[in-house]
Amino acid sequence: MAGYRPEENSVTESSHISARNLSVHFVLGRQLFGKPPVVRAVDEISFEIPKGSFFGLVGESGSGKTTLGRAILRAAPITSGQILYRDDEVEYDLSNIAKEQLKDYRRRAQLIFQDPYAALSPRMTVRDIIAEPLEVMGITNTRAETDDRVREIASKCRLNLEHLRRFPHAFSGGQRQRISIARALVCSPRFVVADESVAALDVSIQADILNLLESLRGELMNTFLFISHDLRVVAHICDTVAVMYLGTLVESAPTRSLFSNPSHPYTKALLSAIPSLNPDVRGKAEKLEGEIPSPITPPSGCKFHTRCSLAEERCRSEAPLWRELSEGHSVACHFA
Amino acid sequence: MTLLVVENLDLKFDTDEGRITAVDNVSFELNSGEVLGLVGESGSGKSVTAKSLMHLNPSNAVYGAGSEIYLELDRDVVDVLSLKSSRELKIVRGGAISMIFQEPMASFAPAITIGAQMVEQLLIHSSLSKKEAAELSVEMLDRVGISEARHRLYQYAFELSGGMRQRAMIAMALSTKPKVLIADEPTTALDVTIQAQVLDLMKELVAEFGMAILFITHDLSVIAQTADRVAVMYLGRILETGTVRQVIQTPAHPYTQGLLNSLPKLDALDEPLTPIAGDIPSPLERPPGCVFHTRCPKAQPGVCDQSIPGLFPIDSGHTAACFALTREWPDIDQKRTV
Amino acid sequence: MGFLSKAKPTETDQSLKEAYFTASQAQLIRARYKSNRTAMVAGWVLTMMILVGFFSEFLSPYAPTMAGRDKQYENGPPQMPKFWDENGFSLQPFIYGTSRERSIKTNFRWVITVDREDRRYLRFFVEGWQYSYIDLKWNLPGEAFDIDFTTLTFSTHLFGADKGGVHLFGTDASGKDIFSRTLRAIFTSLKCGALGVLIAFVLALVIGGISGFYGGWIDSILQMITDAIRTVPPLPLFMALAAFLPQEWSAEAVFFIISSILGLIGWPTLARRIRTHLLSERSQEYVLAAELCGASPNHIIRRHLLPSFTSYIIVDLMITFPYMVRLETALSFIGLGLIDPVSSLGSMMQNVSKADVLLNYQWYFIPVLFFIAFVLAFVFVGDGLRDAADPYTREKK
Repeated sequence: MAGYRPEENSVTESSHISARNLSVHFVLGRQLFGKPPVVRAVDEISFEIPKGSFFGLVGESGSGKTTLGRAILRAAPITSGQILYRDDEVEYDLSNIAKEQLKDYRRRAQLIFQDPYAALSPRMTVRDIIAEPLEVMGITNTRAETDDRVREIASKCRLNLEHLRRFPHAFSGGQRQRISIARALVCSPRFVVADESVAALDVSIQADILNLLESLRGELMNTFLFISHDLRVVAHICDTVAVMYLGTLVESAPTRSLFSNPSHPYTKALLSAIPSLNPDVRGKAEKLEGEIPSPITPPSGCKFHTRCSLAEERCRSEAPLWRELSEGHSVACHFA
Repeated sequence: MTLLVVENLDLKFDTDEGRITAVDNVSFELNSGEVLGLVGESGSGKSVTAKSLMHLNPSNAVYGAGSEIYLELDRDVVDVLSLKSSRELKIVRGGAISMIFQEPMASFAPAITIGAQMVEQLLIHSSLSKKEAAELSVEMLDRVGISEARHRLYQYAFELSGGMRQRAMIAMALSTKPKVLIADEPTTALDVTIQAQVLDLMKELVAEFGMAILFITHDLSVIAQTADRVAVMYLGRILETGTVRQVIQTPAHPYTQGLLNSLPKLDALDEPLTPIAGDIPSPLERPPGCVFHTRCPKAQPGVCDQSIPGLFPIDSGHTAACFALTREWPDIDQKRTV
Repeated sequence: MGFLSKAKPTETDQSLKEAYFTASQAQLIRARYKSNRTAMVAGWVLTMMILVGFFSEFLSPYAPTMAGRDKQYENGPPQMPKFWDENGFSLQPFIYGTSRERSIKTNFRWVITVDREDRRYLRFFVEGWQYSYIDLKWNLPGEAFDIDFTTLTFSTHLFGADKGGVHLFGTDASGKDIFSRTLRAIFTSLKCGALGVLIAFVLALVIGGISGFYGGWIDSILQMITDAIRTVPPLPLFMALAAFLPQEWSAEAVFFIISSILGLIGWPTLARRIRTHLLSERSQEYVLAAELCGASPNHIIRRHLLPSFTSYIIVDLMITFPYMVRLETALSFIGLGLIDPVSSLGSMMQNVSKADVLLNYQWYFIPVLFFIAFVLAFVFVGDGLRDAADPYTREKK
């Protein structure tokens, strides 16, 4: 089990979210005999998200990245381990949080959904959709106040203020995503999780939304956790990237380091699998063999060993430790 | 040799909201051993074009008068759009033309084993006996890299992972030895490491079987790695065609340029992303004149909103539909920023 | 946008587009419904029948009970008012006087002869029998439950003859005016169906709602109960219950019990639909978004779940209504529900099956036409509503 050995107290003052040995397991159904299968979506992860950073989380299917994002927001149950949320006002242990504190936490951490078509209620006007968090959390007292806040955040998200009385069916995918973003940011959260927020959009619109997120982060100074399967998108917008595989963290580094100097074999394979826009570099990269194993029956030891070209006996029996290679660059591999 | 010729394909749909133009005067050719990439975003009409090749569009589809699709087989030429009976249509549906889809779960029936479906398809399109069909299916499954192929014949689609399902679908599509393979976003739903494997497989099979692939996707980098020639579509029209090097390295049309500029590139992480301004118009509100003019940084009022540009030649084999490329284009500064 | 205007909107028709963009779901549904001609026609027919039923006493010249029968005109054919005959034109509509005789020549059957010289003019807004809009004379079993409360009493009727009787649809064997009975029957069937639907709906809402909202084992148990009740065949159940109904219960009590039983049989289907709607709504992403803001279940129900399935529930109700009416009619027809002399469409159809009637008194069939129109109107309106509400899923690209 890859564990975080806090030899030094590296839970620094500047971390917004820190997780220790976090696990999120789901039990599937019931079985007549024996134990029911357990999906080990997130398996003993430890990491830190620095305050004010644009933290990217990448992985393929089964990596557990979406589950991790949800667990941080307390939308998925934490099976074991600890998540700490810390900002300049409060500190919460999310694995063990009281109801009142949870209510306050909801103000500070929000989610931008993936599917712009499912995330907005078709029966509410855009103004009402954006205003809903304010009303539920009781942040504003009068309708006028609410309207002001709504207009403020809507114009920051570059939405036409006249369109606020329209219904979602009047908008395109990109515009709906902006409404989604406005709704997530209206209560001024310090920590925002963007779960595949551009995956469902057309390519020419993706760039627009990414630029919007960057400008918002500059203005509002919050911390973003950007979850995506697309390394290219993450590369452009995030300052730190963490790579997940089957519920464990395999590598984490500042973006430039990760892309210029990947250490983990999986990261290397992931990078080489990305098709290049240059037609002249065809067929040069090393391709990864095999299928992604199921998170119900993950491989023993290092979870990547079934597909790794460097795998040895040690990898089968012993899970690698999470080690820091250089400044901010950590990896979990026996060979790094 | 030319396998497929599409000329002036014009397709409209009759819906509650009126008559929507899906494909507008599209022409292209497909040669054997070649991969033609059809690139476009949503509403570009690429999937509808592909379905037209197999005459698979729903009944409210209205083809324009001059639309022609010709399939050139060894002995004769098939006029696809005039095929009526299901016996005639067999040729284009699974026979000489095969199609693989984005969502493999959607093309495999959930309650029938994979083997049963593959054998059924072979029985329809060839004169093999059931036993021979089963043998061929095992061979194909093996060829696409599925382990324990014989065992898989008896498995159901949901028992396979996404990548394997996609490979099985490729095996099923290729078992009838089609001349043309239409791949509609075949790797979009796959993880990137699996996508790489499947793309490699497809390229090998093109070389081995000598067929042509019409590769439909929105991902320009997949096209860069897989296709020989590219056609860029927008709102039902082809805006640029050429070899993959011409279009991606020296794009001529403002839309293609805008598309390439808006893509995050791993080798240029510091460059800002420049999106294309505006939104894709809904098919109900097709812009008059050049379909792209509402978002084009080079659009000239009076020209681009009035007339529809044809495909102007730029280089050998490289054409683009933009008035700015013609010699009569007035010399203006590019001060128009959208 | 075609359904918002007859002509295709041009690109510059901005106000129409704006109307489409700012139309709420309810408005979109209404617009779609209005573009469906069959549903609109059916809607008008239904509204007319409801109004006719509600004002049935005003519109009927005679009381539909035994008290209002015309002893001089038993089994009489329908009398159509005329404006013109060989004796000249008259602004006031009139009918002919009749007399009847029986003798050995007619097999001792009363035969009615029409006297074309004897004109009886129809007058409007005549005084007639008394009726009350709020007339609660419930003779329920047991002394304690009897209610006797009458108010809003009138005695004006739309039309009547200056002498003799006017029977637009003829009369039945005891002289009761079929026209009046038909009008009253429409209203009775409406009331019975409405009560049944109300009971079914309340039960379905509570049980289906709890099932759908909480899920888990509560859902499993409630679903088992629901399914168990659904397997009970209604007709034999009714027959058994009808056999147990004491004879001395008054018409109102029987009516009440029949309606309740209809509701108790009908709720499982409705409950299952409500549960399905709720389960699918709850898993919507925008509900999760609200939960992530810390919204209370109350807020989620009120703001998201209830509005979403209001349209479905209205459709379900409209579709359930004709089932209730048909069930009641069927039961009354076989003699298990409301029976003569209570007027319901079913009890009136009871007499129709006799050969005597088929040969000689064909006007007994007229209520059947009303019944068919009634049910069809409900069905078309329900279908129209469902088609109008459903395309919501088509709104997604």
